[in-house]
Amino acid sequence: MTIKTLFFGITRDVIGKSNIEFDLNEGQSIADFQSILAKNYSGLTDIKSYAFAVNEEYVNEDYIIKENDIIAIIPPVSGG
Amino acid sequence: MRENISIKLISEELNLQECIDFVQDDACGGIATFIGTVRNHTKGKEVKRLEFSAYTSMAIKELQKIAERALEKFDISKIAIHHAEGLLQIGDIPVIIAVSSAHRGASFKACKFAIDTLKKSVPIWKKEFFKDGEVWVNAHP
Repeated sequence: MTIKTLFFGITRDVIGKSNIEFDLNEGQSIADFQSILAKNYSGLTDIKSYAFAVNEEYVNEDYIIKENDIIAIIPPVSGG
Repeated sequence: MRENISIKLISEELNLQECIDFVQDDACGGIATFIGTVRNHTKGKEVKRLEFSAYTSMAIKELQKIAERALEKFDISKIAIHHAEGLLQIGDIPVIIAVSSAHRGASFKACKFAIDTLKKSVPIWKKEFFKDGEVWVNAHP
């Protein structure tokens, strides 16, 4: 399944794009996806940490990604 | 949106009076406000300007959640949380929080809760521009 992923803040600069479509298998978790990201984009390891949101809600790493989900990579926030 | 919550994430200048007018309530004895301002230095370096970017749709949802939690947690009447996006100069206002309550203690507490939580959870990012470069705040270990 094809999953749209959005990048913000420093991760957008590291990746060089605001969104990418990834081809994932059914049943893959956010943790699985994180290893795919780390393998493909080594620059991400320089960032302190980043969280994941699915469909505009924070999720933890055992969330199982579903068809039509929109994933967002959320680097450390700094609003206010 | 509930009638006692005002949330904005906009690229225009924020309006303090609008926030105060929104939370004003004849049953309240006070209004507390927090106004964030762009500081001209960070860790000893001179800051020239800031740029705020956001995951706008999610940020608005998270701001709304903070306002709802504040209304549950504290004995307050109304709350406004307005945040700016885009390029800001020194002294500009990136965030305004206003809270009204019958008694002042609840407004002060809710105001602090709202800004502290906003800084932890709302997907908004700040880039600082220096004379010799730029950096995403909090991004590196």
